[in-house]
Amino acid sequence: MIRAEAIQKSFSDNHVLKGIDFTFEPSKTNLIIGKSGAGKTVLLKILVGLMQPSEGHVWYDDQDLCELSKKELLTLRMQVGMLFQGNALFDSMTVEENIRFPMDMFTKMSEKEKRIRVDYCLEQVSMEGINNKFPSEISGGMQKRVGIARAIVLKPKYLFADEPNSGLDPKTAITIDALLTEITDANNITTIINTHDMNSVMEIGENICLLHEGRLAWQGNKDEVLGNENPILQDFIFASPFLQKLKARALANGGF
Amino acid sequence: MYYKETIRQMYDIGVGSLMIIFVVSLFIGAVTAVQFTYQLDGTMIPSYYIGYIVRDMAIIELAVTFSSIILAGKVGSNIASEIGGMRQKEHIDAMEIMGVNTSSYLVLPKLLAALIMIPVLVSVAAVVSIGGGYFASTYSGAYSHEEFVEGLRSFFIPWNVVIMYIKSVVFAYILTSIACYQGYFVRGGNIELGQASTRAVVYGIICILIADYIIAVLLTG
Repeated sequence: MIRAEAIQKSFSDNHVLKGIDFTFEPSKTNLIIGKSGAGKTVLLKILVGLMQPSEGHVWYDDQDLCELSKKELLTLRMQVGMLFQGNALFDSMTVEENIRFPMDMFTKMSEKEKRIRVDYCLEQVSMEGINNKFPSEISGGMQKRVGIARAIVLKPKYLFADEPNSGLDPKTAITIDALLTEITDANNITTIINTHDMNSVMEIGENICLLHEGRLAWQGNKDEVLGNENPILQDFIFASPFLQKLKARALANGGF
Repeated sequence: MYYKETIRQMYDIGVGSLMIIFVVSLFIGAVTAVQFTYQLDGTMIPSYYIGYIVRDMAIIELAVTFSSIILAGKVGSNIASEIGGMRQKEHIDAMEIMGVNTSSYLVLPKLLAALIMIPVLVSVAAVVSIGGGYFASTYSGAYSHEEFVEGLRSFFIPWNVVIMYIKSVVFAYILTSIACYQGYFVRGGNIELGQASTRAVVYGIICILIADYIIAVLLTG
């Protein structure tokens, strides 16, 4: 379990997060949603330890992330995988080298074991056989998959994904969502995804945290989204004219 | 991983800079010879001094300082851009999430590679400079082969070679560490990355020249 406790973050006079309390449930797909500028990425970076909060604490079970020693932090890092918005694959390395990088750095596995693990992770993301390609030689969707493969290579307990669907077509985005859910369920991982993709919210959101202007505006799950009257949630979900029309039609026909 | 990365950096810095160091050193030696030929003309100074002057100019100052300034431009900007680009593309964040000590992983191999390869490049530069001086002196007909070689063998002080290597190690440290710092702490977009790269070169060259003066005062004063 990961818990954000009274998280505040300011950059000079800009108060991005104004006291976030939220529990990210274990072995579930947790979503942080909200409009651009709501503070989603900042919250995710604080949760993962890339940024220090101005106030508040981040708890990994009973460990306070902000109070960990370097050694404890390194141990915790071994349990964390992250998929970045821009994938953050190392350009000068092949797909295989990218995926095995964490193993090369931190494990004493033999070459054979590493190769088997790389192949297994690529299989998990349906990307078999691209071991020797460079990131520049594969599509954006494939890069996301490789990013996921690298994130899970050390069998993490926690998986973070920063806008995994950004820049992808709707169909590929759905595939990536499905993949993240599958991996979460199959490996019993606590997954935290930062997104503003409505498909993700409706399809994979087992525990959702809606941020609005740096505050927690709503929390719930995908089944509670449509029937909820929270104006901020409704404004966020039905932001596009197309969805507004669908909503109006649905309401005219007696609801969703 | 550190070993592999250090070897890669050694190749980039060493082999990657060999051609420019060779060309520049050749002309530095040649120009030194031509200029001193002009200045010594009509004086009482023995003609074989040309070899002595070219040798010591190359060893004590020109080979090491010119090479380091060129490397501050080539290697310094390359390092700052590489690390800065990694910062912007979230590669450094990705490594930190994995638990990698990024300052160590990204800086140490570059620093080690520079500390090993730049003295080697400076040695090459010194030899090529003297060669350039030799060709400019003898092929122009201003001096004979014997005169140049006699000067080359005269008044040799081994300590000067030690000074050259001390300078090369100090300059290597300066240009690499400044470039790594500028790249590692870059913030913003492409314009800021370009500015960081420029700062790495400018600050690197200024610091090399200041260090050159200090070492000259301390070791030859």
